[in-house]
Amino acid sequence: MITDPTGRPADTRERTGHSGTDPGGATAGSPRPPVARPPHAAPRRRRRRAHTPLDPGPSVPLTLVTGLVLVYTLLPLVWLVINATKDQEDLLDSFGLWLGKDFQLWDNISRTLTYDDGAFVRWTLNTLLYVAAGAGGATVLAVLGGYALAVYEFPGRRAVFAVVIGAVAVPGTALAVPTFLMFSGMGLANTPWAVIIPSLVSPFGLYLMWVFTAQAVPSELLEAARIDGAGELRIFFRIALPLLAPGTVTVLLFSMVATWNNYFLPLIMIKDPDWYPLTLGLNAWSAQARTAGGEPVFDLIITGSLLTIAPIVIVFLLLQRHWQSGLAAGSVKE
Amino acid sequence: MRTRSRRRIFAAVAATCALTLGATACGSPDPGAEGSAKDVESALEAGGKVTVWAWEPTLKKVAADFEKKYPKVDVELVNAGTGDKQYTALQNAIAAGSGAPDVAQVEYYAVGQFAIGKSLQELSPYGASAHDQAFTTGPWSAVKYGKGIYALPMDSGPMALFYNKKVFDRYGIAVPTTWDEYVEAARALHKADPKLYITNDTGDAGATTSLIWQAGGRPYRVEGTEIGIDFADAGTAQYARTWQKLIDERLLAPVTSWSDEWYKGLSDGSIATLSTGAWMPANLVTGAPAASGDWRVAPLPQWTKGAKAGAENGGSSLAVPKASKNKALAYAFIEYATTGAGATSRVSEGAFPATRADLESQAFLDSPFPYFGGQQANRILADAARDVGAGWSYLPYQVYANSVFNDTVGKAYVSSTSLAQGLEAWRAASAKYGKDQGFSVAEQRGRTT
Repeated sequence: MITDPTGRPADTRERTGHSGTDPGGATAGSPRPPVARPPHAAPRRRRRRAHTPLDPGPSVPLTLVTGLVLVYTLLPLVWLVINATKDQEDLLDSFGLWLGKDFQLWDNISRTLTYDDGAFVRWTLNTLLYVAAGAGGATVLAVLGGYALAVYEFPGRRAVFAVVIGAVAVPGTALAVPTFLMFSGMGLANTPWAVIIPSLVSPFGLYLMWVFTAQAVPSELLEAARIDGAGELRIFFRIALPLLAPGTVTVLLFSMVATWNNYFLPLIMIKDPDWYPLTLGLNAWSAQARTAGGEPVFDLIITGSLLTIAPIVIVFLLLQRHWQSGLAAGSVKE
Repeated sequence: MRTRSRRRIFAAVAATCALTLGATACGSPDPGAEGSAKDVESALEAGGKVTVWAWEPTLKKVAADFEKKYPKVDVELVNAGTGDKQYTALQNAIAAGSGAPDVAQVEYYAVGQFAIGKSLQELSPYGASAHDQAFTTGPWSAVKYGKGIYALPMDSGPMALFYNKKVFDRYGIAVPTTWDEYVEAARALHKADPKLYITNDTGDAGATTSLIWQAGGRPYRVEGTEIGIDFADAGTAQYARTWQKLIDERLLAPVTSWSDEWYKGLSDGSIATLSTGAWMPANLVTGAPAASGDWRVAPLPQWTKGAKAGAENGGSSLAVPKASKNKALAYAFIEYATTGAGATSRVSEGAFPATRADLESQAFLDSPFPYFGGQQANRILADAARDVGAGWSYLPYQVYANSVFNDTVGKAYVSSTSLAQGLEAWRAASAKYGKDQGFSVAEQRGRTT
């Protein structure tokens, strides 16, 4: 049973897509000597460079297109931040991209955290549990599996390769009903296990670690270690693991984002609001506005959404450095 | 946009599960007659846990009261999603054979689908038939399927006209008493200020069937597994003719109900009326607090001047799934929640009752609504409950039929397709699905087009 735990691979790809432009720019720039130049010298150099065929200089249409994409990408985020500062009345009445009458952000945050007996806090803790157990476990399994597949020769390796590649292509949605029936049969539906266990399997992470190990761990190094009398476990933990750190961080980041944003899997598995992750919880609040007798809480949903994406943005910014060097590894011939 | 595509996924999953469900239900023999009123008493004495899947907010208080009265009973209230989402989850749980709740909230239009799928416990052995005088006719007939009683009515939604008095007063427009006057008022409002609309509509199966119901149309005929679908009767035609005018002249705000835009429209008066169920006051109070004092309630406009015809919109019941492990205790809870003290406490929390006793109580009728400027709105709503037209039934697979409403009738709102053509396409799609499910679907009687 291999499930793409995100259920929405497009999301992941999109996310990594635009942060991907960053490391791309950094690596393109890195062969240049990182010598600080006096600022006034910069324009002159650029003008001179514009004539070399290898560095044609800035392109106006490309900059415009990139600028548009940037605005398009950031606009929803800006909207979210601005509207998290409004109360419900302002939210419905004022212009979406400008502040309302009062600045309600702190009040909104405290009401979000306390509304419905502090359900939001509970959902945050649930999400953290799913991310720690699911994404953490997925990373461990991917590193172990990827290393084994890259380093050891064994019969059937090609078959494993085919299965893993095939599994990357199967959308999580297609497996939702079978997964649900299976977990229900095992009596695990509506328990946290039903979210954690499928999240542990990440075919994409496995494939990434496999390719990364093949690049980052030279077989000569392993042979040398074996000749020196090191055991396989010792080789893995003392030699290979440090070399694999950038790849590990990448897989961890992928799985964390996927598990944090996971919606479909918990949606079909979890019925008890006490075990909802944030995604389902916010959806439940949103559904409240569509119920006879229910109370619409659009202001809390928007503030809650902001609080929900904040940790993932922070994690991305903190781990980005490792991730960049990870992608750069092997791209330059030494 | 996103919700709609998600809804499609749900419909697909639901359809798959409905098939599996049909297969399992056909395969297992009926456990036969079981349960009695005595079982209910002993279950209450023994105590235990009842899991309730419901989204209705006033049940929180009922559950707490029930636990207080019967300390050995533990009621676990779970919001497993609203409407379709909960039905999908319920069908999944029943198909999977585990995880189904002891009590489920089921809207009236969906009771038939679950009853015919043999997913619900027949409740008369537990004493449900004793309540046949307790509830108003509309809801009571909705929970019966064939000869069995498959749920107890929790609330009801007799329709009334909610209108923004401030807007009507400002432009000197009289509150419409017939649908022809309603169209006139729509024109006058929109002419006075192009931002104003008489109401919003982007195609809503529940609203359409309710207005056909009020116009005297009875498009669905259900006798066991024999069904008839006919959108060519006089009532339906009258509805389609009138509503077509509103669509053609662009007098309906292109806003989907329950969206944030909708609440905004209700707040600022750009959506001037709603013809909807009697449960609406609670939503106005919490969803459009800025418009407090602007709104009033009036009787639903009539199709013929001076008539007194009504219909229901929305409303739901509490049912006991067959998969429940403690049916007697589950029945005890739904009986408490829908009748007597439970029902009264829900009314005090803002729900609209389906029980005659609560509808007729003086306290209920006299209570003023500060939101409606002190109006004793329940008098109008209680009258509406009495005027609900008899003989209406939904399809035994109305959940499915409603899920394809926007693909058929919905076209009338966005293209040159007429409402009548849209309804005909809806009929065809519903009939085809019925046949595929093994119903015998009667061909349309006397089409007159």
